Amino acid sequence: MRRISQISFQAADASTRQRTLRAYVWIVFGRLFGYAALLLVAVISLLPLAWMVSTSLKAFGREFPFPPQWIPNPVVFGNYLTAFETSNLARYFGNTLMISVLATLGTVISSSLVAFGFARLEFFGKRVLFIILLSTLMLPVIVTLVPTFVLFKTLGWIDTPLPLIVPWWFGGGAFGGAFFVFLIRQFMLQLPRELDEAALVDGASYFRIYWRIMLPLSKPALAASAIFSFIHHWNDFLNPLTFLNSEEWRTLALYLRFFLYTEAGGGAGLTRWNLMMAASVVMLVPVLVIFFSAQRYFIRGVALTGIAGR
Amino acid sequence: MGIRPIGQRRHLIGYLIISPWIAGFALFTAFPMIYSLFLSFTKYDLLGPPEFVGFSNFERMVSDHLFLTALGNTAFYTLLAVPVQLLLALFMALLLNQKLRGINVFRTALYLPTVTPTVAFVVLFVYMYNPEFGIFNAILGWFGIPKQGWLTDPNLAKPAFIIMSLWHVGGQMVIFLAGLQAVPETLVEAASIDGAGKLLRFWHVTVPMISPVIFFNLVLGIIGSFQVFASAYIATNGGPKHATLFYVLWMYRHAFENFRMGYAATLGWVLLGVILVFTLIQFAVSRRWVYYEGEGT
Repeated sequence: MRRISQISFQAADASTRQRTLRAYVWIVFGRLFGYAALLLVAVISLLPLAWMVSTSLKAFGREFPFPPQWIPNPVVFGNYLTAFETSNLARYFGNTLMISVLATLGTVISSSLVAFGFARLEFFGKRVLFIILLSTLMLPVIVTLVPTFVLFKTLGWIDTPLPLIVPWWFGGGAFGGAFFVFLIRQFMLQLPRELDEAALVDGASYFRIYWRIMLPLSKPALAASAIFSFIHHWNDFLNPLTFLNSEEWRTLALYLRFFLYTEAGGGAGLTRWNLMMAASVVMLVPVLVIFFSAQRYFIRGVALTGIAGR
Repeated sequence: MGIRPIGQRRHLIGYLIISPWIAGFALFTAFPMIYSLFLSFTKYDLLGPPEFVGFSNFERMVSDHLFLTALGNTAFYTLLAVPVQLLLALFMALLLNQKLRGINVFRTALYLPTVTPTVAFVVLFVYMYNPEFGIFNAILGWFGIPKQGWLTDPNLAKPAFIIMSLWHVGGQMVIFLAGLQAVPETLVEAASIDGAGKLLRFWHVTVPMISPVIFFNLVLGIIGSFQVFASAYIATNGGPKHATLFYVLWMYRHAFENFRMGYAATLGWVLLGVILVFTLIQFAVSRRWVYYEGEGT
């Protein structure tokens, strides 16, 4: 926009008028091209999800029409009912929800406290500790998975949701959770120092400063962390696969995989892709709800961690 | 209880505040790492106590023909997938960096697949890659290309995974976008007054300015790709003919299917070493191409 006005301003000079016209044409052309490219990429980007939804509404045995059919005929909404009736989908949904909520709660509370310590307090060895914290971000999760499995087995936690929840209450000390400390700290660093200094002079304790000043001001970062954390746990496959094995605590991710290997894998005639896709959509819906309701935090949050790469 | 000097008290409070992390780090990261190092010199099946075996896990690994297969598959996947992912993410970020009406809608559309649960996405792709009726082969059919066994042909399986991974580059895209938006407009305008065309401006102004972001995405992209697991575990379980037997999948089988915890611990440390070497090389090379503002060139 700015460039156009700049150019039209210059157009007062008659000798440049023709050049200006050409510039306009280029700008219009460039915009059209920009839209066309965006549209194409957006369509390709959403195609798989559209196909997922479309298949979830197709009648059994009609999941593979030729040529491919985007709008199912007939539309079978009953697939969703069948998906819930023929399995314990509701229980798996509840399990996943409980684990994700509790782990997220722990992540936000403990990580924000640790982030406050690293952002605002001065103590011996802070720099070294922070470098250690950052380096755990690069540690492959699988390396600590084997020994932590032994640890949880000794504690008798295998096949309970505890290994998926408790480590997340330790301020990002486990499984790459340092990411959240980092994100919140980056945000807290931007807050004016005068706030806590004034509170200190007034005799407030550090914990009070954290609870009453920093936490309310850090809401955008906390929201971003909560969303990331929830989606991470909701989508997680590796940890539930490792620590849970009975049906009682099965999560949605485990169920989808189980479904693929038992029902869908039982030969071409038995493949129930429509139900499989219905279950996938059921798993997708909460993520979408959160994503759409808190999008601005989400994208800001990603950007916040990336800027730090500078 | 005497009165503590203020300085010392401050240290104590600092440690108290970060104590959850210290405890968590000790319990769930430092201790497991040390324990895993110990395990790598043992034979341990979780039934009896770990039995010390010296370096035999390492010897076994070197002579294991699947070691090179798994490492090779992973390196192939990483070295191909990461550049393609970054190029696509940068391209999409450039598209989103235009000042167009309704750009937020497009941003959502491009980011959305990234939040899709991996398992749901992989299952969906298994369905779409179906050799007889899948939509991929149907699309190829429009162009007269014969049906492909995407997940059953050893030559196509890894590319099939790379294609699938391209729908999950939203994170990198948003980071690029933030980098692009931080490029000072005055710099781009100055270059354009000097007569630099679009491509020239992009290459000589934009790319150096966002090089730290490229570097960030590259390092984390490689670390992430080296750990590719869920897609292969779900879609192909390492097949066909070990074509998608990626390192973490192979290691996971040793640990949690065969319960060779000692051997798995060894493989974990070797993976860590490989990733570390790759990362250090990138840091060394980065001095040549990553430009940090304020440092001068």
